Amino acid sequence: MAAVTPLLETRGLSCSFGGLRAVDRVDFTLPAGEIRAIIGPNGAGKTTFVSLVSGRIAPSSGSVVFEGEDITGLPAHRRVRKGIAYTFQITSIFPKLAVFDNVALSVQRALLHEGRLTAANLRQGAMDALERTGLAERAREISGNLAYGHQRLLEVAMGLALKPRLLILDEPTQGLSDGEIENFVMLVRRIAEDATVLLIEHNMPLVMELAQRITVFDRGRILAEGTPAEIRDDRAVQDAYLGASADA
Amino acid sequence: MTTTDRPTPSILLHVGVIMVLAGLWYVLPDYHRAVFSRVMVLAVFAMGYGLLFGYTGLLSLGHAMFFSAGLYGAGMTMSMLGWNSLAGLGAGIACGAVLALVIGLLALRTTGVAFMIVTLMFAQVLYLTILYFNEYTGGDQGFSLRRAARQIGPFDMTDPATRYFAALVLFAAALAVMLYVVRSPRGRVLVAIRENEERVRMLGYDVFAAKLAAVVLSGALCAAAGATYAILFGYVGATFATIQYSILPLLWVLLGGAATVLGPLFGTLFMYYVVDITSNYTTAYLLFVGVALILLVLYFPKGVLGTVRERWLQWLP
Repeated sequence: MAAVTPLLETRGLSCSFGGLRAVDRVDFTLPAGEIRAIIGPNGAGKTTFVSLVSGRIAPSSGSVVFEGEDITGLPAHRRVRKGIAYTFQITSIFPKLAVFDNVALSVQRALLHEGRLTAANLRQGAMDALERTGLAERAREISGNLAYGHQRLLEVAMGLALKPRLLILDEPTQGLSDGEIENFVMLVRRIAEDATVLLIEHNMPLVMELAQRITVFDRGRILAEGTPAEIRDDRAVQDAYLGASADA
Repeated sequence: MTTTDRPTPSILLHVGVIMVLAGLWYVLPDYHRAVFSRVMVLAVFAMGYGLLFGYTGLLSLGHAMFFSAGLYGAGMTMSMLGWNSLAGLGAGIACGAVLALVIGLLALRTTGVAFMIVTLMFAQVLYLTILYFNEYTGGDQGFSLRRAARQIGPFDMTDPATRYFAALVLFAAALAVMLYVVRSPRGRVLVAIRENEERVRMLGYDVFAAKLAAVVLSGALCAAAGATYAILFGYVGATFATIQYSILPLLWVLLGGAATVLGPLFGTLFMYYVVDITSNYTTAYLLFVGVALILLVLYFPKGVLGTVRERWLQWLP
């Protein structure tokens, strides 16, 4: 037995939509403190997999273990309270509310839970998350009016404000400019100082730069797993994914 | 909607509205005093409805059942058990809250159109139940409350002035509750559910519990209006359980502005007078109601106060 309990572990995790096995008996282990990237071609089951982890979708079979505890039966909101935060692939904010209110909604849930909800604590927690993502000056703007890149950052800020132990980022840099991506890399590094990060990403240079280990999905299964260098040199991965995208 | 922004003007505005309503008693002729008494009570009904519809984004077509639960809860305990008005009011509110809890547990398993249908069906069930037990409820005809029962301490609710100010007290209390709720952190969660339910869940909130709390509070407010209606106007009847009284609060709220605290008062008042004035001239007064609604949808798609907030007064809760 390993000496340290992994932060997250899935055993035989499967999910079928009709006849399609989107995720097929996946055994996955994520130690605490890592930045892990999940890559794979479209339709490989990456988003379905993290949805199973975060509880947005119920698995057909298998189990999810978080910090040694089986959370397969827990509803999504209870998993969030355990420390699993999920940021959406398609920007999912509260567009009619101010930026501050969006983040305050994240902060106040934890404060409410701990019985420490005061205006000052709320303000501090929210502004803290906004400062870390560089959105502090825009706190009063209506979030729906923000530029797309800022909305993506707000999405991350909302996840961050939950003070998660595991932050799942589903294609966070989709649609961002190069400059924004650079800032984003720094942001993720800072987040990783006190949280484990699970990152689904298509941007290969970014993945190679950021991830400590990479898991490659293909047709609902784990095709390969290893350090960025190992993955780059893996023949099967090149065939399934990297080669295909390099030709395109 | 923002808890952190400028609390004072909105508090001042609402206190001002209550003071204006109090002052109106001294300037209005008798007839309009009676209208305002009724409108203030019905506006509380609309506010309760608006909490669920405007803020939480749940469209119910069955809120007549909560108003009726208050109406009959107060009326029947007072007439059959001889309870006094205050106990009757408490019984009415309790009936509404318990009914809302049960209905909420069942109906909140659905969303959208299904939620509308389910609430509509439950309201019909209550209406038919009232008719079925006509031995106790008076069925279609309803029943009147004795004058002696309609006292709260030294105050006689059959006296027009007392009635007016009792309605105002209820209205002010409901306004305070609404303001407190929509400005509180939990109120912000309700608005967030309306805007993006899935995201709220993924922030770790128990969305079902939050919605259920909103249904219960909404039901209790509507029942408070129903119970007060029974006490102030002394009549309890099955008309108030019909589908019409489920649709009316929706129209009042839409007219005044969904997700505004004062919108329901405005909408109720406006609609009451449109019906009142036009029905003096023609039996086809619903035609005018329809025209008024079309004009509002065209020029004030967010309701009167909703549009005012969007264009001029962004701090309006």
